[in-house]
Amino acid sequence: MDAVITTDKLTKKFGAFVAASELTFEVGKGEIFGFLGANGAGKTTAMRMLCGLLTPSSGKATIAGFDVYTQTEKIKKNIGYMSQKFSLYDDLTVSENIRFYGGIYGMSRPAIKKKTGLLLEELQLQSETNTLVRELPLGWKQKLSFSVSIVHDPEIVFLDEPTGGVDPVTRRQFWDLIYAAADSGVTIFVTTHYMDEAEYCNRVSIMVDGVIAALDTPAGLKQKYGSASMEDVFYELARNAKRKGD
Amino acid sequence: MNWPETRNVKETNMRQLFTFIRKEFLQVLRDRKTLLMLFGLPIAQIVLFGFALSNEIKDSRIALVDYSKDAITTRLIGKIEASHYFDIRRSLAGAEQLNAAFKRGDIRMAVIFPQNFGDDLIHTGKATLQVIADASDPNQATTITNYLESIVTDYNAELAKDAQQSLQIQPEVQMLYNPELRGAPNFVPGVMALVLMLVCTMMTSVAIVREKELGTMEILLVSPFKPIYIIIAKLAPNLLISIVNLFIILVLSDVFLDLPVKGSVFLLVGCSILFILTCLSIGLLLSINAKTQQAAMMGSLMGMMLPTMLLTGFLFPIENMPVALQVLANLVPSRWYFIIIKQVMMKGLGFASVWKETLILAGMCTLLFTISLRNFKIRLQ
Repeated sequence: MDAVITTDKLTKKFGAFVAASELTFEVGKGEIFGFLGANGAGKTTAMRMLCGLLTPSSGKATIAGFDVYTQTEKIKKNIGYMSQKFSLYDDLTVSENIRFYGGIYGMSRPAIKKKTGLLLEELQLQSETNTLVRELPLGWKQKLSFSVSIVHDPEIVFLDEPTGGVDPVTRRQFWDLIYAAADSGVTIFVTTHYMDEAEYCNRVSIMVDGVIAALDTPAGLKQKYGSASMEDVFYELARNAKRKGD
Repeated sequence: MNWPETRNVKETNMRQLFTFIRKEFLQVLRDRKTLLMLFGLPIAQIVLFGFALSNEIKDSRIALVDYSKDAITTRLIGKIEASHYFDIRRSLAGAEQLNAAFKRGDIRMAVIFPQNFGDDLIHTGKATLQVIADASDPNQATTITNYLESIVTDYNAELAKDAQQSLQIQPEVQMLYNPELRGAPNFVPGVMALVLMLVCTMMTSVAIVREKELGTMEILLVSPFKPIYIIIAKLAPNLLISIVNLFIILVLSDVFLDLPVKGSVFLLVGCSILFILTCLSIGLLLSINAKTQQAAMMGSLMGMMLPTMLLTGFLFPIENMPVALQVLANLVPSRWYFIIIKQVMMKGLGFASVWKETLILAGMCTLLFTISLRNFKIRLQ
């Protein structure tokens, strides 16, 4: 397995508070890696370190072969990011949003144009090219948001609770997009609160109180904890958490 | 995606920047309501003020004191009485009574004929008429003294026709309480400072905080887009809007208020851009500390608008304020900008007369911009 994310005892402290403690794991190319944890467990902190938004306090990590301490600019060019907050511009049209995000990644206009066509076709949004994003239903926005986050063909895309507030049907469609992206070689790093989504991942890590409490395939985890579902696994691990949600 | 090192980095950077600037303009142009407000506000203020200025004043209460009581003063008083502009009080005499009447607000103006007025005029060809006006309302003071002066001018012409030698009555006008007649010429620079402050500070801070609220700021920070470009792109549309606004105000005040730019337009625009950049930096600074758009808005309104209104000097003369406020006023950028506009626009003075203010403004601008640049979060906390 080609590892595109490797971390070794990656730690982030805020004063005396250890938000993320000695995280060590690898994520392979094209893998869908689920990053689970209760609120306040340190998921967001971990993700931000990997994206180059936070400097780690100690430990090592490389993203797409680049060091998180010294090569954040190179990392930024090779990753995509979709936050839990809806991150398209409401007052711009669908194509303007795509053009904007392509543009800030330095894509040329012909490249953006070509990509826009492909992307809209995949989402079957051709008829909405010039619609303001605010007029789209939430599910479509979410899917568009994902497509925009990989418009520049990154090696890794970080998804921070991407399906919050979306109905199950749309969530399923959203995951179809994720599978398609993973099949084309994009590594998916996703945090979620939905345990059915955890089942969709190739491997899952569960964070409790700033440390990785478990890391395996969903099947492996269920076996280890003798649970029927990921829900039970998660509950088994997270119920002893000392930190309360943030 | 491949980022070949051979690719022209500068070109890519420029492309990124223009993408962002284009987006900013799209957003600003699409927000019609805000746009209307931005351009409507200065126009409305100038037009309203124009109307307020052109209002005719009738039946102003004035005092007439005649120490000479000769044929000439009687005729001139007759003319003044005949005009419907004035409501005349003749019972007052002596400086103390006049003073008290002014203070009570009983009279707006006093016209005093000194002793031997008629004799002086006939023997020396010249006589001085004393006119004292209450200039706490500068518009009214200017208007009524102008009325009086025109009556005197008419009378002078009449005298000249009859007489062999030249006879000249000279009104000697004295403005009480507000000798500089702060009013119209103060208003335009005031509006300029206010509008530029509003557009630059508020729009900039709100625009940046909006990205934070939307969550798009995170995306931008994760992208290879440089934070300095975010700042430049945010400032660009506001800079342009402000410059357009500046020209609208200048043209309107020339056409409508008869206040042309007497000095160098180039100098005025240059100093204005300096002021605009200062305001943009303040907006930037506010956006760094504000978490919501409302907070940014309130910050600019309470933190910037009020000091601008009160401490710039166009509503209240700064030199009459307590020392503490005078010191505070020195920290308000619009105070210095206001002086520059007055000197350049109203008095037609050159750079030599405003270099000190320009230097102060430039210093403030550099300081604020450096601070806000340094504090602009490259990494989210």
